[in-house]
Amino acid sequence: MSVYLQDLGRGILKENPVFRLLLGMCPVLGVTGFAMNGLGMGVAATMVLICSNVVVSAFRNVIPKTIRIPIYIVIIASFVTLVDMLLAAFQPDLHDQLGIFVPLIVVNCMILGRAEAFAGKKPVSRSLVDGVGVGIGFTLALVLLASFREILGHGTLFDINITGAAFDPMGVMALPPGAFLALGILLYLVNLAFRRLGIE
Amino acid sequence: MGFETIMAIIFIYIFVENLVLNQFLGICPFLGVSRRMETAVGMSMAVLFVMTVAILVTWLLYNYILHPFDLLYLQIVTFILVIASLVQLVEIMMRKLSPALYQGLGIFLPLITTNCAIMGAAILAVTEEFTFLASLAFAIASAIGFALALILMAGIRERMELVDLPKGISGSVVTLITAGLLSLAFMGFEGVIAL
Repeated sequence: MSVYLQDLGRGILKENPVFRLLLGMCPVLGVTGFAMNGLGMGVAATMVLICSNVVVSAFRNVIPKTIRIPIYIVIIASFVTLVDMLLAAFQPDLHDQLGIFVPLIVVNCMILGRAEAFAGKKPVSRSLVDGVGVGIGFTLALVLLASFREILGHGTLFDINITGAAFDPMGVMALPPGAFLALGILLYLVNLAFRRLGIE
Repeated sequence: MGFETIMAIIFIYIFVENLVLNQFLGICPFLGVSRRMETAVGMSMAVLFVMTVAILVTWLLYNYILHPFDLLYLQIVTFILVIASLVQLVEIMMRKLSPALYQGLGIFLPLITTNCAIMGAAILAVTEEFTFLASLAFAIASAIGFALALILMAGIRERMELVDLPKGISGSVVTLITAGLLSLAFMGFEGVIAL
C-alpha cells in the first residue's frame, strides 16, 4: 500500500510536473487566463495521461524496445483525439477557449515522459496511480496559476467577483506577458515554501 | 493572394503574433536550450528547416487527403506521425548529404519531435485556411519569430550569468521574469498591422 501512496504523492509534490520539473509548459502559460480554463485543461491532460499510462503499461511486454517512442506517440494521439471530441461535444465553450492547446496535449512532454520513465516499466496498477498523481499535480498547478492571474487580471475567481468594485484589475496579468511574470513569481513562492517545509 | 498579404503575414508572425512570446508555443526549448548562444542558434536553424518542410507536407495532406475524404478526425494522429517521421528522415538525409551540418544540428533534431511549436504551427496553418504560398510564408516567419525570441533570450541569459542574483531567484525564476519582460516589449507591436 505504501508504494501506491508514494507513487501518488510524488507526482503532486516532490516531482510536480509544473513547479519542480518545468514540463509541459505551453498549456501552463497558454490557457491560464481564467481559473475555469486552467481546470478544464488540467482535467483533459489528466484523462489523457491516465489512459496512456494504463495502455502503455498493459502492453509494455509486447512493445518492441526499438520502436517504443512512435508507439507511445500513437497511443497518446488516439486518446487526445478522443478527449478533443468529447470536449467539443459536451463542453463546446471550453473547447473553443482552449483552442489549439487541446490537440497540443499530444506533444506535451509530461505525458510522453511518464510513459517512457514509468509506465513502460511498471505494472498497470502502479502506472494508474502514477498517472492520477501526476495529473492531480498538473491540475493543481494550473488552477493555482490561473486563479492568481484571474484575481489580479480581472478581479474574479471562476467568474465570480471577489475583490469588489474598489479593486482596479492589473490588465497585464491577463495578457501574454502576465503569464510569464505570474509563473515566475509563483515558482519563487513555491520554491520558498518547499524549502521551508524541507521538501527538496 | 498578393505580395502585400505575404509581406503582412511575414511581419505579423515574426513580431506581432510571435510564436513563443505571444502564443506560448515552443516554451520547452525556449527555456531549455537558451542558456548558450551556440545551442540557441543551432536549435533555431533546425526548427527553421523542419518547420518549413513539416508545414508544407501537413498542409498538402490536410487539403488533398484529410479534407476531401472526410478524415478530419485523424488530423492529430496524422500530423504527429508526419512530424516524427519527417524529423527522422531529415536526420538521415542530413547525415548522408551534409555531415558538417549534421554535426551542428544533430542533437537538436530528436528534440524537435516533441516541440509543440512545429505541431502548433502546422495546426494553425490549416485552421487559418492559408493558401499554399501563404503557409510557406507563415512557416518561415514563424520559425524566424521563434529564432528571434530564442536568440534574444540566449543573449540576455549569457550576460545574466555574470550578475549576482539573490538566492532563490536564480535559474528558472529569473528566466521566466525575463521572458515576461521580453513579451511585454513585443506587445509594442500589437495592432501595428492587420491581415
